[in-house]
Amino acid sequence: MSDIRTDITYVSTGDAEFGDYIALLKPRVMSLVVFTALVGLLVAPGGLHPIEGLAAIIFIALGAGASGALNMWWDADIDRVMQRTAKRPIPAGKVGAKEAMSLGVALSGISVIMLWLATNALAGFLLAFTIFFYAVIYSMWLKRATPQNIVIGGAAGAFPPMIGWVAVTGSISLEACLMFMLIFMWTPPHFWALALFMKSDYHKAKVPMLTVTHGRKATRTHILVYTIALIPFALAAGFTSIGGPVYLALALGLNLMFLHGAWSIWRRDEGTAEADGYKVEKRVFRFSLYYLFVHFGAILAETALARLPIYAEFAMQFKFLEVF
Amino acid sequence: MAITREHDLHKRRSGRNIGLAVVLLAFIALVFGLTIAKVSGGNTLQAFDHSYRPVLDPDNVRFQQR
Repeated sequence: MSDIRTDITYVSTGDAEFGDYIALLKPRVMSLVVFTALVGLLVAPGGLHPIEGLAAIIFIALGAGASGALNMWWDADIDRVMQRTAKRPIPAGKVGAKEAMSLGVALSGISVIMLWLATNALAGFLLAFTIFFYAVIYSMWLKRATPQNIVIGGAAGAFPPMIGWVAVTGSISLEACLMFMLIFMWTPPHFWALALFMKSDYHKAKVPMLTVTHGRKATRTHILVYTIALIPFALAAGFTSIGGPVYLALALGLNLMFLHGAWSIWRRDEGTAEADGYKVEKRVFRFSLYYLFVHFGAILAETALARLPIYAEFAMQFKFLEVF
Repeated sequence: MAITREHDLHKRRSGRNIGLAVVLLAFIALVFGLTIAKVSGGNTLQAFDHSYRPVLDPDNVRFQQR
């Protein structure tokens, strides 16, 4: 008789598929990181060798993935409780918590050192700080401590375009800061619009979400306030070297529409929202995705258009913030 | 006794091994490409020989004028 069983039907820790390790790196978050970091890298003055640029994007994405794995390791207990996250590799029993932590730490080290070697020390430091910020400041500290967690935690998602820019230039400039602020200020209204219509079970996991701690009316007010605060940063970018008339026209339109959406959310009460299935909240959430995508797309378009001498000369009139 | 039946577990392990092999090969290719790109540029390589070289010193007027 053989000692080897071939009738095993369950999946236990250590039997993970390759895809489970990819899932630990949060590939959907990674796609946003790749896009914004790529824009930061392409619009920065100067330029990198294409292979250096490719390496920079890969290691920035890998760093983001590493922080995702560390987040899943730390949050495994609350992921188990919540329906949305119960199927993640750790709560599903496919990957061990310590294995996820080891993967996160190893990928953090590799991504930071490789980005440093491929580009420069400041870019490597910023990536290390981003991982630290997301894994320690956000996941370990703020997420379970304050309903403002998403506001401060949003910084982690805002660093990639700055890192892309720094990878090329070696220094932080006004343009890099404005791209950072664009994502940083956009995150709260985007996330809270989602929180209003997603009946999440955060309360079961004892995670303080604004909708639970301060109520839904307060969340609506917060969405409006943060949207108003976002507008100056979005428009200011249009007057720097990464902006121009095309960006400004698009940004003006998008910000007016976003403001209108936030205003509509603020005016509604819970009864009306529930009656129409959170129609406005869902529309604003979807729009917020386009909002960010088009802003960064317009920044990229400005750089491409600037190759045309006639356009570049015309666009220079708008870029008066470059002197600072 | 040899394993004659391939279980789902073996497929998962095989997939994991192939995945890791692809990742490692891609990493090697990237580091190789990066090395070629850095060597082709070549400028910064001269700065790290642990001894003062006047020709690399931007404040050295005598060498700047050359």
